Amino acid sequence: MTSGRRVLRVASGQGFWGDDLEAPVRQVEGGPIDYLMLDYLAEVTMSIMRKQQGRDPEAGYARDFVALMERIFPACVTKGIRVVTNAGGVNPRGCAQALIGAARRAGVAARVALVTGDDLMDRLDALLAAGHPLANMETGAGLETIRDRVRSANAYLGARPIVEALSHQPHVVVTGRASDAALTYAPMIHEFGWKWDDHDRISSGVVAGHINECGAQSTGGNSMPEWWTVPDLATVGFPIIEAEPSGEFVVTKHPGSGGRVDRRTVTEQLVYEIGDPKRYITPDAVADFTTIGLEEIGPDRVRVRGVKGTPPPDHLKVSVAYQNGWKAVGTLTYTWPDAAEKARAAARVLRERLDRLGLRFEAVRTELVGWDSTHGHLVGEPPADLPEVQLRVGVRSQDQAPVERFTREMVPLVLTGPPSATGYAGARARVQEIMAYWPALIPRDLVESALRVEVITA
Amino acid sequence: MARLRLVHLAHARSGDKGDTANVGLIAYDPAHYGILREHVTAARVKAHFGGIVRGNVERFELPNLHALNFLLHGALDGGGTVSLMSDAQGKVMSTALLRMEIDVPDDVARAAQGMGLAPRGTA
Repeated sequence: MTSGRRVLRVASGQGFWGDDLEAPVRQVEGGPIDYLMLDYLAEVTMSIMRKQQGRDPEAGYARDFVALMERIFPACVTKGIRVVTNAGGVNPRGCAQALIGAARRAGVAARVALVTGDDLMDRLDALLAAGHPLANMETGAGLETIRDRVRSANAYLGARPIVEALSHQPHVVVTGRASDAALTYAPMIHEFGWKWDDHDRISSGVVAGHINECGAQSTGGNSMPEWWTVPDLATVGFPIIEAEPSGEFVVTKHPGSGGRVDRRTVTEQLVYEIGDPKRYITPDAVADFTTIGLEEIGPDRVRVRGVKGTPPPDHLKVSVAYQNGWKAVGTLTYTWPDAAEKARAAARVLRERLDRLGLRFEAVRTELVGWDSTHGHLVGEPPADLPEVQLRVGVRSQDQAPVERFTREMVPLVLTGPPSATGYAGARARVQEIMAYWPALIPRDLVESALRVEVITA
Repeated sequence: MARLRLVHLAHARSGDKGDTANVGLIAYDPAHYGILREHVTAARVKAHFGGIVRGNVERFELPNLHALNFLLHGALDGGGTVSLMSDAQGKVMSTALLRMEIDVPDDVARAAQGMGLAPRGTA
């Protein structure tokens, strides 16, 4: 399994479903890389994909991944770049089959390794009956309280099935809900032959995965320090991890690409969406982020060393999405003079009309975009000469009907409320079904015993 | 001593896990990490956000990165897809924290002057 490589280049090409479509192309064409990891899944992505699959049984995965592969398949095969992705979403098999079609159209003979077994939807009742409550990690409530509203349930897989998939020498590994970081460190475990109880090296891989998993967020995108000096964000280079067998690695990007890699840009990503930094839990190790050592060793090069870790827990995290009511958000723009006062007066009129209609909501939220919508009361009272402000009103209910009616109540304010309102295209709010996130835990052997790796060829 | 907004001493990034926002606060100058650690306590952060954070605030230290990590529980109106907030995923909670003021020695305030804000007309 070990190839004796000294440096393994694992490039990040997508940080979420909807990320820069050209980034993976730049990674493949901009210089040498060994692996391209494409992360498509966030907390609620699975439920969106499930919704799409409900309308079309062939759907349920990141379709733009297939279109992307059709473009880069020839280059990947020629250059020996392997792609590892969780683009499979709730339909990894459909994704793999579509990928085979893309390979044929691109004229390459591709081997695709498919990982299945993360999808627990069909096993939920059996799991509950067997005494696994799948309780919400935040509230403690048992899953049975929302069982009839569950739309998707997937275990976060670690690197083990991906490493097994890589042993079949595929061009692409497609998974469902593999954890984001595992897409980066599974190739390291495969190539360097790291042992599963080598918690420090695997934790180092986990840190590399965390740096890779949000794309350009570690290479100058969304970076505060002297943001106006970050070069050429139009062609921002996504991160590349130059991993070494010891676990140490260098974070960099292709020469000539835009963006920036330094201690600050990497640190910003390291603290992104973490909890207790001493216990960054993954299915393969618990990494201690307080042991991370960073050193700038050259232009756009940061060395990471010293990472320590401990064994992974006996449970895997499960991501459940369930229907939890309806919501809608409408907007109207009010202008000087008295922009903020008019917007607030309009909100009062709207609220009174909703009350008179007898509509009940579990929440109604009013924000003034351009004044307090993100910093709330911290900004104090708006100045009298504020040139304009956007009134933004959102409502939420377990019932669809009051939310539907709300969407008809904002537009009339243009002619029936305070003066100088415009932008009413945004006032006709769209009703959205809410898919809420339910994090739970499951004993890992119940998932791992059902995992399957297969190879499909074009 | 001088009052100084955190924006001049630190940069930050925030995100979400369910209904909890996390804000990582990173000292521009490693020498100022100690000032952050002393003044930007969980209690001060909770008081700063007031009604914006309905639950408690937890703080973790990352001295190796000259950074503090805050968990703001109950800050996202139910979180992600449920929330009616513009900032439903807490992406800019980071900047709301940077509004906070702390007392720092005069020389620190002088050294930090202008940090964190773009000069006019540069972008």
